[in-house]
Amino acid sequence: MRTRGPLLPALLFTIALTQFPFILTLIYSVQNWNLLSGKPQTFTGLDNFASTLTDEVFWKSIGNTAIMTGVSTVACIAVGLGLALLLNTSFRGRGLARTLAITPFFVMPVAVTLFWRSAMFDPGFGLLGWAAKSLGLPAVSWLSEYPMAALIILLTWRFAPFALLILIAGLQSAPDEQLEAARVDGAGPIRMFVSIMLPHLRPYLELTALLLAMNLIQTFGEIALLTAGGPAYATTNITYYIYLEGFNSFDLGKASAFGVVALALTIAMVLPALRLLSGIFQKEGRR
Amino acid sequence: MTITTDRQAVKRRAPEPTRGVPMRVRRRLKGLLMATGAWVGSLLLFLPIAYMVLKSVQTEQDAAAAAPKLVFTPTMENYSQAFDAGFWPYAINSLVVVLVSTLLVVVLAVPAAYALSIRPVEKSQDVLFFFISTKMMPVAAAIIPVYVVATQLGALNTLGILIVMHLGMNLPLGIWMMRSFMQEIPREILEAASVDGAGRWRAAVSIILPLIRPGLASTALLCAVFSWNEYFFAVNLTNSTSTLPLFMQKFLSFGELYTAHVAAVATLVSIPVIIAGWMAQKSLVRGLLFGAVK
Repeated sequence: MRTRGPLLPALLFTIALTQFPFILTLIYSVQNWNLLSGKPQTFTGLDNFASTLTDEVFWKSIGNTAIMTGVSTVACIAVGLGLALLLNTSFRGRGLARTLAITPFFVMPVAVTLFWRSAMFDPGFGLLGWAAKSLGLPAVSWLSEYPMAALIILLTWRFAPFALLILIAGLQSAPDEQLEAARVDGAGPIRMFVSIMLPHLRPYLELTALLLAMNLIQTFGEIALLTAGGPAYATTNITYYIYLEGFNSFDLGKASAFGVVALALTIAMVLPALRLLSGIFQKEGRR
Repeated sequence: MTITTDRQAVKRRAPEPTRGVPMRVRRRLKGLLMATGAWVGSLLLFLPIAYMVLKSVQTEQDAAAAAPKLVFTPTMENYSQAFDAGFWPYAINSLVVVLVSTLLVVVLAVPAAYALSIRPVEKSQDVLFFFISTKMMPVAAAIIPVYVVATQLGALNTLGILIVMHLGMNLPLGIWMMRSFMQEIPREILEAASVDGAGRWRAAVSIILPLIRPGLASTALLCAVFSWNEYFFAVNLTNSTSTLPLFMQKFLSFGELYTAHVAAVATLVSIPVIIAGWMAQKSLVRGLLFGAVK
C-alpha cells in the first residue's frame, strides 16, 4: 500500500483553491447581486443566464477569445518552428542567439505591453510606423485600426520564444541515424522533413500547442494595457469581459453567470485537449 | 556491425554533385545562410527589448522623435524618476510574494511529485491530470468568489492573498516539472538504496534530493518569474499594497504615455526575470517535456 501522505497537502490545497470558488460562482450566478444598486442579493433563478445568452458582447468576446487564441497559437508555432530549424545548425554564437531569442518570454508582460503601446505601435513615433514609412508604406495606427492584429502581434512576440524553446529540444532529439540514412538514399530536405521530422516532432508540436493555448486563452494583462478591450469591444476576450462586468459594473451576479458559461465552454474544449495529452503520456508508457 | 558496413557501402555509392561548385563549398554556403537566418530571426525577436533599453536612457524629446535616434546624450533621469515615484515599496512587496510563494510551491510540489513518480499512489495519472486541468480552467470564472471571500476575511489588499493565489497558480506547474525530473532517476539507483537498507526518508534526502537539485532550481526560477510577472490577481485583489506590475500600471498607463519613462521602469522590472529566465532555460525544457515526450 503506497502512502498518500506526501500528496495530500498539495492536493487538498488545490482542491480548496480551485474547486470551491467554482461552487460559489455557481451560487452567485443565480442571484441578483449588483454592488452599485445597494440592494441585498436576492435569488433570481436563471435571469443572469438569460441576459448572458442574449448579451451580444458576451458572444463577441467568445469569438474574440477563439480568434486571439487560435491565430496566436498557430503563429507562435510557425515562428518558433522556423527559427528552431535555423537555430538547430551549428554556428558560432548559437547559444547567445538562442538566449536572445527566448528573452521576450521572460520579460514582464505589463511592462513590455506598455512599451509596445507607445514605442512600437504609435503611428507618430513608433518603430513600426517608422519602418513602414521607410519602406514607402503608410504608417498604420495599429491600435485604432487593427487592434486585434496588434494584440496578436504582441502575443506572438511574447510566446513564440516558448514554442522555440520546446521545438529546439524536439529537433535536437531527432533520429539522426534515420535522417542520415534517408539523406544517403537521396531524399531531399523537404521530403526528409515531411516523412521523418514531422512524425518525430508531432508530440512536441501537440504539447506546444496545448501549453500555448492554455496560456493564451487566459490573456488579460496585454488586453488591459494595450487596448483596454476596445475599440468597441473589438479585443475583449472572456476573461476581460468578466473583469469589466465584475469590477467595473460591479454586477457580481451577471459576471458569475459569464464565468459559469465560460467554464462550461472551456470544459468542452479542455476535455479533448486532456485526451490528447493522455495520448502523449501513453506513448511514453510504451517506449 | 552489419548495419555499419551496409551504411558505408551505401555512402560510397552516394552520387557526387556534378555541378561546378564543389560539395564542401556548397555546404559551407548553406551553413552560412542558415546561421545568418538564425541571427536575423533571433535579433528580430530581441529587437524590442534592445530598443526598450535604448529608449530608457534617452530624454523624452529624443524618445518621441519620429525616427529612432541612435546618436544622443544618454541620461539616467528616467531611472531616478522611477525610484522617486515609489518604486521600492512595490519592489519589496514583489520580492516577498515571489520568495514566499515559490518556497511554498517547492515545499508542496516536491512531496507531491514524489507520490506521483517514485512511489506512485493509486491512480497517480488521474491525480496528475487533475492538477494540470486546474491550469486550463478560466481563472476569471473563479475571481469573483475569491474577491468576495477575501473581502469577508479582510484579506483584500494584502500580500497574503497574492501569495495564496500565486501558490495555486504555480503549484500544478511545479508538480508537473518535479515529477518529470524524478521520472528521470534510474530505478536501479533507488532499488540499490533500498537493498542497502536505506529507509525511505533517508533515500529521499540523501539520494533523490541531490539528483533533482538542478531541476528543482529551474522549477523554482520559472515559478518565480511567473509570480513576479503576475498581473491579474494583483489588479483585482490588491490596490495600495501591491506588486510591481501594479506600480507600472498606476504610474504609467494613465493619460499621455511617456515613452522614455515607461522604457526605464519596464527595463528595471524586467532585469531580474530576464536573468532568472536565462539561468533556468536549459533544464526548463527538460522539465516541461520529459514527463510527456522523450
